[in-house]
Amino acid sequence: MTDTSMTPPAPGIRTFDYGSDEAQARVKRRYQTEARFKLYGLLAVLFAGAFVFILLADIVRKGMPAFFEHRVVLTLDLDASLIDPTGRREIDALRNGDYNKIVMDAWRANFPEVTQRAERRRLEALVSSGAADDLRAAVIRDPALIGQKIRFPILLSDDADLHFKGLSSRISSAPGTGALDVKINGREVELSGSGQPFAAILADVKAGLMQDAERIGAELARLPASQQGGNNAALDARRIELAQRVAELRRRAGDVGSAETIDFSSMPSRIVRAEGASIRLQEIGASSAKGFLLVAPQREISRIDSWTVATFATPESNRKASDADIAWLETLNGRGAIEKAFSTRFFTSGDSREPELAGIRGALIGSALTLLVTLMVCLPLGVGAAVYLEEFAPKNRFTDILEVNINNLAAVPSIVFGLLGLAMFLNFFGLPRSAPLVGGLVLALLVLPTIIIASRAALKAVPPSIKEAALGVGASHQQAIFHHVLPLAMPGIMTGTIIGMAHALGETAPLLMIGMVAFIVDIPQAITDPGTVLPVQIYLWSDLPEVAFQAKTAGAILVLLGFLFVMNGAAILLRRRFERRW
Amino acid sequence: MGSKFLGVSAIALAMALSAGVASARDQIRIVGSSTVYPFTTAVAEQLGKTGGVKTPVVESTGTGGGMKMFCEGVGVNFADATNASRRMKAGEFANCQKNGVKDIIELMVGYDGLTLSHSKKSAPMKLTRAQVFLALAKNVPGPDGKLIPNPYKTWNQIDPSLPNKPIEILGPPPTSGTRDSLHELVMEPGAEQIPALKALKASDRKAFDAAWKTIREDGAYVEAGENDNVIVQKLEANPNAFGVFGFSFLEENAAKIQGVTIDGVVPEMDSISSLKYGPSRELFVYVKKAHVGVVPGLDKFAQEYVSDRAAAEGGYLEKKGLVPVPKAKLATSKANVAALKSMTGEGLPK
Repeated sequence: MTDTSMTPPAPGIRTFDYGSDEAQARVKRRYQTEARFKLYGLLAVLFAGAFVFILLADIVRKGMPAFFEHRVVLTLDLDASLIDPTGRREIDALRNGDYNKIVMDAWRANFPEVTQRAERRRLEALVSSGAADDLRAAVIRDPALIGQKIRFPILLSDDADLHFKGLSSRISSAPGTGALDVKINGREVELSGSGQPFAAILADVKAGLMQDAERIGAELARLPASQQGGNNAALDARRIELAQRVAELRRRAGDVGSAETIDFSSMPSRIVRAEGASIRLQEIGASSAKGFLLVAPQREISRIDSWTVATFATPESNRKASDADIAWLETLNGRGAIEKAFSTRFFTSGDSREPELAGIRGALIGSALTLLVTLMVCLPLGVGAAVYLEEFAPKNRFTDILEVNINNLAAVPSIVFGLLGLAMFLNFFGLPRSAPLVGGLVLALLVLPTIIIASRAALKAVPPSIKEAALGVGASHQQAIFHHVLPLAMPGIMTGTIIGMAHALGETAPLLMIGMVAFIVDIPQAITDPGTVLPVQIYLWSDLPEVAFQAKTAGAILVLLGFLFVMNGAAILLRRRFERRW
Repeated sequence: MGSKFLGVSAIALAMALSAGVASARDQIRIVGSSTVYPFTTAVAEQLGKTGGVKTPVVESTGTGGGMKMFCEGVGVNFADATNASRRMKAGEFANCQKNGVKDIIELMVGYDGLTLSHSKKSAPMKLTRAQVFLALAKNVPGPDGKLIPNPYKTWNQIDPSLPNKPIEILGPPPTSGTRDSLHELVMEPGAEQIPALKALKASDRKAFDAAWKTIREDGAYVEAGENDNVIVQKLEANPNAFGVFGFSFLEENAAKIQGVTIDGVVPEMDSISSLKYGPSRELFVYVKKAHVGVVPGLDKFAQEYVSDRAAAEGGYLEKKGLVPVPKAKLATSKANVAALKSMTGEGLPK
């Protein structure tokens, strides 16, 4: 039909005047539609890009804390009698040393006033149970340390770590006015001074009471009206209770100058700091206050000239770290003993139930082993099947059915492959549970259809002239395929494999049935050791109650994304090297 | 190159298959409840650090699934212990016996309380289990005592003393063990508190059971998945909503959420371990006696689980949110473990 334009138009047939206004308008409209389409496309890309950006930014924001840890640097006395009583420096003896005592002695020495048992337990809970393990590893690495005094970073517990990551309470600090007389009786402290040094604090407390009164008043106003003839006893009782509370709070707030007792379950805590001491105020009057000595001063004091008052905005009962915890940690921070460091532990240790000790290495190695098995199995099988079906198989009903089934297999829910793996690999072949080997085999089954379909498409896309030329110079059919067609199809096959592998990397459902959704501390050394994979680790961490695991979850997602980038990057590099043009 | 790949992979596969058929196992394998998982993993880690054995592998499969795997047989291919958020049922015990799992050591390791919690931003609530039933059930007794589709949209429609807020409850899906306990610990006792349903129980047991086993589907109850952290986040965002989950989550998130007082009892460590708080339950670990001495460290694992430093008050499991067992009961468990006393199967629930 292309030659019709060559012949001159027959008389009577309408010709187009490309210069007319009408035609110009038509052309303009066509260009406008194109511009609009381009705009839609751009908007769609921007829209998708914005979502990816928001998602990534959110994960990075939540995940960054997982890559850092807080430690307290203390001087440890590596007493030979505790570590190596025999003095022979044998490794077994070194391993059994009482490192925990060394760490705890040094830690408690910071706060000698803490003697009561419950309080001491709280103090000890701020240090991670893994701190002693760190010290053990350091001593075994270098036994010459025994008997010396060394500066050593001690890992803080998850709650202490969260405090420094800003997740316990907002703390505001203000300078105190005037000098104070201090009377210390045990842990009870009386503070007093001329010129009403606490007036500002007291006014602040009263303002807080007023806010509480307004909040409860609003709640009272929201209560439904009593119904005529209905049973209103409970409702009326609640109304009276709330009204009384509002009246009481208003009275206290309005009574300027009267002393207030702090209720730590609902009111912000206020801490007076001076000379290294921290005093939690319990009763506040305008000119004097009573308090509890959380941290003792570094020297005997009876009068302080300059002091600050810190307000912990979140009431004590609403946070994990108590006032004492925060006072201890902030005191050490003030002495410069707290250091923030990159958490190499996150990449070098396996799973743990202590958030500060939990690491990603087990899952990372598990994922690598699993994907290795998957690749070893499904690439040759998938490519082989694709080559056979595309180039060698006779076209008959049997191969048609086979083709339909392969396409269907690609749409089967992934949990089904897990059930298959359980029945076949575990129960029939008796392979070990939770092993990356079995996980890899199951995931290979899962991605096999993807790879076969992609490889067939890639083989089909190679121009037939290539094969025909090879056959024409006397190559056998197999030679033509393996020497000429397959290398040219390789980039497409690689693309299919990357998609399949990325799919396999993100799967958890099929692994549930074969026992890879599990708590596994030891890092797998071989494909038959128990192991888990990154997405499973993410799922397991996201389900744990400790708050610090939420950062770990986001951190693990970042590691998974990084793994994906590295894997895809490697595949793209390989593809570039294989790429041949025709 | 395809042929080369084929050869390599064939060899790899053959090697893998032959390596897999290992005979002995030197690592403890535990399956079962996701509720007990956070505690068992803590014990497992402790054992791995101090017990001189490999850290046990703990899978989270759910109580029912764990029981099935545990009872499948004796040998290296079967689990050594299972976690359960309820006692072993008589049927499961019979299944165990049938498959040759004759001797089972039962450890009652602690308690879990089912709580109804909401944001700290809203006023504290007091509810009875009957009120919770009326808020959650698909069918409730109408004015004439006959079952009608649940008409309640706001709390004050159930009881005028309750706030005028829409009923919004986030809770576990039917596959979860927590959902089972919601039915058994709250819905059934709640239904029994209502006179019309109590009468129904006497006259038509099946209709009564259907009443407390069916949760409304009109949007007031939202299935929020197995991930309790997500529920906590949603409760923070919506002060009107309530969430159903285990006590350990309430404790860990005490900064954000508060528990509803149920039948006049506040959910606390003490009220749960004395079973005064109605919706509380016991947690169990079952250990296969035939594997003790075969799988290294299994006896140590059981001992560690009931040791003072783990299970007693102030032990590390309490820090993980487990409500510890009273001293006397713990002593019994310890004696059972020391003597490897197996359970008889008497008095198990159906």
